[in-house]
Amino acid sequence: MGPIKFAATVTRYALRGSLAYWAWIGFLLLLVAWGVGAYLDQFREGLVVTNMRDQVSWAFYIGNFTFLVGVAAAAVVLVIPAYVYQWKPIKEVAILGEILAVSAIVMCLLFVVVDMGRPDRFWHLIPGVGHMNFPRSMLAWDVLVLNVYLVLNLVIVTYLLYCGVQGRSYNASIVVPLIMFSIPAAVGIHTVTAFVYAGLPGRPYWNASILAPRFLCSAFCSGPAIMLILFQILQRTTKIAIKDDAIWKVAELMAYAMFLNLFLLGAELFKEYYSNTEHLVHFQYLFAGIAHHRALVPYAWTFVICGVLAFLLFLIPATRRNVITLNIGCLLIYASVYIEKGMGLVMPAFTPDTLGEIYEYTPTMHEFRIGAGIFSVGFLVFTLLCKVAVPILTGEFAARRASGTGAAAGG
Amino acid sequence: MPVDDSSRDAGRDETGSDPVGLSRRQFLTAVGVAAAGVLAGCSPETREAFLQKYFRELSPEELELRAARLRTAVHARFGKDVQMSTLAAQPGVSFAYALDLSRCIGCRRCVYACVKENNQSRHPQIQWIRVLEMAKSKGIDFKDANPYYDPEKVPDPHHFYLPVACQHCRTPPCTKVCPVGATWTDPDGIVVIDYDWCIGCRCCMSACPYGARHFNWTTPHLDGAELNPDMHVLGNRPRPRGVVEKCTFCVHRARKGRYPACVEICPVGARKFGNLIDPEGELSIILREKRVFVLKAELNTEPRFYYFYGI
Amino acid sequence: MSEDATHKPPPGDGEVPPGTTGDEFSIAQSNALVPLLVMFALTALVIFWIIVRAEPVVSPEGAVANKAYGPGDFPQIFGEDTVLAGLEQDAAKQGAQAFAVSAPPFTEGIFPCSQCHADIPPNPERRPLPEMHSDIVLHHDEQNRWCLDCHDATNRDQLRSASGALIPFTESYRLCGQCHGTQYRDWRSGVHGKRVGFWNGPKRYLLCVHCHNPHSPRFASLKPLPPPVRPQFLRAEDAAAAGGTAHAAEDPGEEHAAHAR
Repeated sequence: MGPIKFAATVTRYALRGSLAYWAWIGFLLLLVAWGVGAYLDQFREGLVVTNMRDQVSWAFYIGNFTFLVGVAAAAVVLVIPAYVYQWKPIKEVAILGEILAVSAIVMCLLFVVVDMGRPDRFWHLIPGVGHMNFPRSMLAWDVLVLNVYLVLNLVIVTYLLYCGVQGRSYNASIVVPLIMFSIPAAVGIHTVTAFVYAGLPGRPYWNASILAPRFLCSAFCSGPAIMLILFQILQRTTKIAIKDDAIWKVAELMAYAMFLNLFLLGAELFKEYYSNTEHLVHFQYLFAGIAHHRALVPYAWTFVICGVLAFLLFLIPATRRNVITLNIGCLLIYASVYIEKGMGLVMPAFTPDTLGEIYEYTPTMHEFRIGAGIFSVGFLVFTLLCKVAVPILTGEFAARRASGTGAAAGG
Repeated sequence: MPVDDSSRDAGRDETGSDPVGLSRRQFLTAVGVAAAGVLAGCSPETREAFLQKYFRELSPEELELRAARLRTAVHARFGKDVQMSTLAAQPGVSFAYALDLSRCIGCRRCVYACVKENNQSRHPQIQWIRVLEMAKSKGIDFKDANPYYDPEKVPDPHHFYLPVACQHCRTPPCTKVCPVGATWTDPDGIVVIDYDWCIGCRCCMSACPYGARHFNWTTPHLDGAELNPDMHVLGNRPRPRGVVEKCTFCVHRARKGRYPACVEICPVGARKFGNLIDPEGELSIILREKRVFVLKAELNTEPRFYYFYGI
Repeated sequence: MSEDATHKPPPGDGEVPPGTTGDEFSIAQSNALVPLLVMFALTALVIFWIIVRAEPVVSPEGAVANKAYGPGDFPQIFGEDTVLAGLEQDAAKQGAQAFAVSAPPFTEGIFPCSQCHADIPPNPERRPLPEMHSDIVLHHDEQNRWCLDCHDATNRDQLRSASGALIPFTESYRLCGQCHGTQYRDWRSGVHGKRVGFWNGPKRYLLCVHCHNPHSPRFASLKPLPPPVRPQFLRAEDAAAAGGTAHAAEDPGEEHAAHAR
């Protein structure tokens, strides 16, 4: 089967679906159009349509980017049990983790592009064509590593789907080394992203060695939470058989990650509050506010409480195995990490700024629309890739090939 | 594992080309030829604008071409003829700056002189210098600094004033983090930005501990009547939207031997500028005879901008 | 995906054997997911609505926060650059001891002083001067000194050093430097006071008296130029919407904790 035939098959599967499927796709396309409209405004007027200013020069877009890099890195939570420990229940669904990684990285790159002041100069970042300040610039490293990770996962996913569509087995000696490489690559992308922040001496809120470990722990909480919810949706909407065992195991791993997440947060809080240096002011802004500047305080306490509650729900086996509390826990930890990585990471670092000024930032409608559009693109990518992956996982292609109907069948 | 090739040629007809009629190779060749043709037909300036090389790799001729293009662009936008200097750092020069805190009265004339000299945007307002009012009882404490003071008269008896702009660090955090290398330190110590290479990611702004860098959040606006025609490609030429800008020690003046505009406008003579290599220059004397300090010394940025108390 | 090797799954919690159809919930058959997702979506929407509708907070300190001034609003301060005019010639004229200076800031019509004082006999007695020079308030060690300690009694067009030597007004720094030696030393090297021109070439100094009125030398206060625009009002339309005096309703005594005076 040539690549054109493969693309044709994929397109055919993507275009075939129930009313619910098309309603979902339509909803996503609407949101994308909504976001594109806002981006056209931003492209025409400049980033001034956001609420970012010199005092808070990174905000909503970069916060979302950081959160999504974590989600992309979380594919490793599936890959390690599947391919290092050869655990079958997860191995059957590991590809879904990689599809999530692809969607997340696509969203990351889109958030970076909308945050750039000169997206028309994107080519300056291409090695050989532009000029990259490599190896000194952590952001240059980030660009390289994110694109390598994207290509890696795209190759793995495309190859697995390509083999699956033909109903034949994949060549393990090609795929497994790539998958093994994706484990350090996943750790790498989130570490390099953390280093972008941690390497800035002028921002004491970020300039902490604990930042990279915190990033990884929160990534391993939030990414699998999304995966668990997506697994359950797929279980309900498709014929895929995801063993409950896979879900319990991922939940168990998440419990460990949540403990570490809380522990590292606690360690940082102790260091700041006990040493009581001038750098405490950023945490004070986050958890208590400074004078009448209190915009982030409710969100800060929300993310702490949600994180603790989620940890307790996942810690106790009874609640971890109860499907209602499991899902509540997933939503809680997702919200907690989203707030922590978005508002809780980027904004307090700039408030107060390097010269002591407090500018309280809140996102504008433009930023929200563009964010919603980008999230919809990510969901679209995930949906379309799953539309092909799920029939493969349910054995549809293998069955058709075995019955000898070949490429002529309508399926 | 057997590899099945039987379906590979299913999409092709007997001649081996795709049913659409145009082979992939023919299509790509056509696109390439068209692109090359468009580029060849452009003027050198247009070609230079789209295929610009990295600034530090420009030959002298290419640099002149760049200056010519910028001159044309400024003329097109403002209707004025301007000088566009490409003067590089002179050997034997290491700039430094010193500000006498016992003298500064917080009048902000330096702020506005800088705006005028360096063609900064009036709407939205961009100011490269920020004067911080601090309490005498607390000393230098950024947490309690106020840049928005507006009393009837300065200096206020209970406060002192600390102007802050780019410190032109010897180990700048900003040049380290720029992903495309659009900002660097020239040999005479001035940290410069190539406004044609900056992609507007604002990583340098996050990195700067002094809040010295400013971003063009939208297209900068200033009147042609207020334009300063004495420009430098890396300095005070009008900037485009979406790039970062900052103090350049008035590179268009300093490299010709003149004092920066802020030094000359200060009514109390609080600002000093010169070449550190000259032992009789005021900067060497200040370092020798007065006790200088720098802001946020613990960050190891080693600024070229010193503060001292002359009295 | 088919895979050749099969491995026993590692022991789980032991409570729910896989694939049971016992009394335990099975995720695939549960109905909990949809209402939970709806709840989550609603909460997310509420949170975003709150974020997006929140008004930016305006700090009370400082004055009118939203008008963007520029140097063009102060033409008397930011006029043409006249520094270079005559700079080279002035610098060339000076000798080793003298400095190229800007012209002394005489009151209009007052110099040369001899146009009046040639006909007036000098009176060395310390006294107030009600007929002329009443506008001069001496506030410069006035307990111990008066006019003729600095102005020469016989030649009013010159100043007088402690030794009696005459000093022209264009070199008045020599007079000041008698008592203010450290400032004079720093002024000569450019560390004190102001000089303009070329850091590696000819310069023009301002005299002491350009900044310090010799009769009342304390540097006068100035009205500061306006503060920068607050970031919330960077866009003209935001500034216009906020109105003129963003702080009018705030009590100026209400202190931002970090800005206590």
